[in-house]
Amino acid sequence: MTALEPVIGLEIHVQLATETKMFCGCRLSFGDEPNSHICPVCLGHPGVLPNVNEQAIVYALMIGEALGCEIAERSTFHRKNYFYPDLPKGYQISQYDHPIAVDGRLGDVRVHRAHLEEDAAKLSHKGASGRIHGSGASVVDFNRGGTPLVEIVSEPDIRSAAQAREWAQLLRATLASLGVSDCNMEEGSLRVDGNVSLRPAGSDELGTKTELKNMNSFRFLERGIEAEIERQRELIESGQEVEQETLHFHPDDGSLTPMRSKEYAHDYRYFPEPDLVPVVPTAEMREAARAALPELPAARKERYLTELDLPEATAASLAFQPELGGFFEDALAANSDATPRAIANWVTGDLVAALREQDLGEDPYRSKAEPREIAALAAMVEGKQVSHSAGKQILAKLAAEGGTAAGVVESEGLAQISDDSEIDAMIDAAIESEPEAADQVRSGNEKAIGRIVGAAMKNSQGRIDGGLAREKILERLG
Amino acid sequence: MIDREQVRHVARLARLSLSEDEEARITEQLSGILEHVEKISALDLNGVEPTTHVIELTNRFRPDVPVEAPPREVLLEAAPEGDGDSAGFEVPSPQA
Repeated sequence: MTALEPVIGLEIHVQLATETKMFCGCRLSFGDEPNSHICPVCLGHPGVLPNVNEQAIVYALMIGEALGCEIAERSTFHRKNYFYPDLPKGYQISQYDHPIAVDGRLGDVRVHRAHLEEDAAKLSHKGASGRIHGSGASVVDFNRGGTPLVEIVSEPDIRSAAQAREWAQLLRATLASLGVSDCNMEEGSLRVDGNVSLRPAGSDELGTKTELKNMNSFRFLERGIEAEIERQRELIESGQEVEQETLHFHPDDGSLTPMRSKEYAHDYRYFPEPDLVPVVPTAEMREAARAALPELPAARKERYLTELDLPEATAASLAFQPELGGFFEDALAANSDATPRAIANWVTGDLVAALREQDLGEDPYRSKAEPREIAALAAMVEGKQVSHSAGKQILAKLAAEGGTAAGVVESEGLAQISDDSEIDAMIDAAIESEPEAADQVRSGNEKAIGRIVGAAMKNSQGRIDGGLAREKILERLG
Repeated sequence: MIDREQVRHVARLARLSLSEDEEARITEQLSGILEHVEKISALDLNGVEPTTHVIELTNRFRPDVPVEAPPREVLLEAAPEGDGDSAGFEVPSPQA
């Protein structure tokens, strides 16, 4: 049997960070009291008229430009009809055959289209189970209803779950850099659905696809797609067929269950929205959108590689994680004597570890450490005023308590020992405390030196430079 | 033009329950409407852009500025069944 190849496309819904909703002047909100930002328009009262939010158009154009799309000369809205309590009008205003942007590319994946629409309201289900099935009543919160959304659809160019995660991260970083959305997956301002199918490797045809929903983190996205690839592979290899359906991902155990299909769900009976006139992006509107684009993550990574000489993985993690990259840029701007590479290493290494330890997620600005103090720390270590291991202690302290790097060095007594005789005495003591290792080094086993260096570092509380200690130990035992 | 089965299908999508009589009447009416609209196909429309709107206007936008809405209590009065605890719109669970 020919090997099977996954074919994956992503659909991303991103809530725009406008002040107000797509078609009415209600404020956007998250976590406010239910139904506290509602009006006759977003409640779908009879006779009301939608009124397009200009800023949503601006953001959509920026997204289209950032994704290298062709901007439509004339874009129209359609009604997508379906009956569900989260949709008071009985239809969602969306775009159909004239989306605002088409045919783009981000990284190695083509973008099929990006279109504007309104978000549905939020249903919460009464009863203990918390799940849809079995509960008798639901409460509708219309605060979310009418929030401007841009839906971005990729071409099925993705070939693995890991690639899907990486591309989604690049897309998130790109959208975040534009400032058009909070891009918060947990709160649902960025929602990623996956379309997955398998086909014989090398074939041009597409197999039957399934749609995966509810993967509300990058980790879950990768795990969900991975699980679905395996499920389809087993079906096909045992001679069964994949059924076209929508699957719901359960983060707690990683399982996928079919969502009971909304009856005839794909019979949307689209027709042009008679209450809205076409959007015709003018040259000025497009020019303004292009001018508003910042340095995009893909370009930023390239600059980190070529101009700052950062290693590939470091460049990617700074360029594709907007908060981390912003912190790094601020640290660079502090003009310390540290090289960009050293600052980058402290930020992506120890600072990220400290964030994890303090449960602060991925945003270094939530720690107490100031960017310029991380730069100062990097400069101190590079200038050998403090040792690398002392540097780690300083960083931990800065992240937990704030203050200045110099202040921590002072208060913790972490300055490098510069007095030669003091260093020599500590080296001698270290050798004496590890006689076995010392013998091994004498007989040519240099690996054993690590234990002596470790002892010297411990005795000095990290106030000796590790490289220097190593040199001096070798001198004595060589 | 349109048959009973299609009418039943569309009625179901709209969650409308039609009697036999209504089905018959609506099938006839919808067919009449479609026949009337069908007349347009007698014309040669090659190269004519589809009309998406009868008014020749484009780019009607509003500034992204919050607007005061009617009082919440008034809006919530339209709820089919108030949820005593959390002031909301209570509906039968869609998939129960």
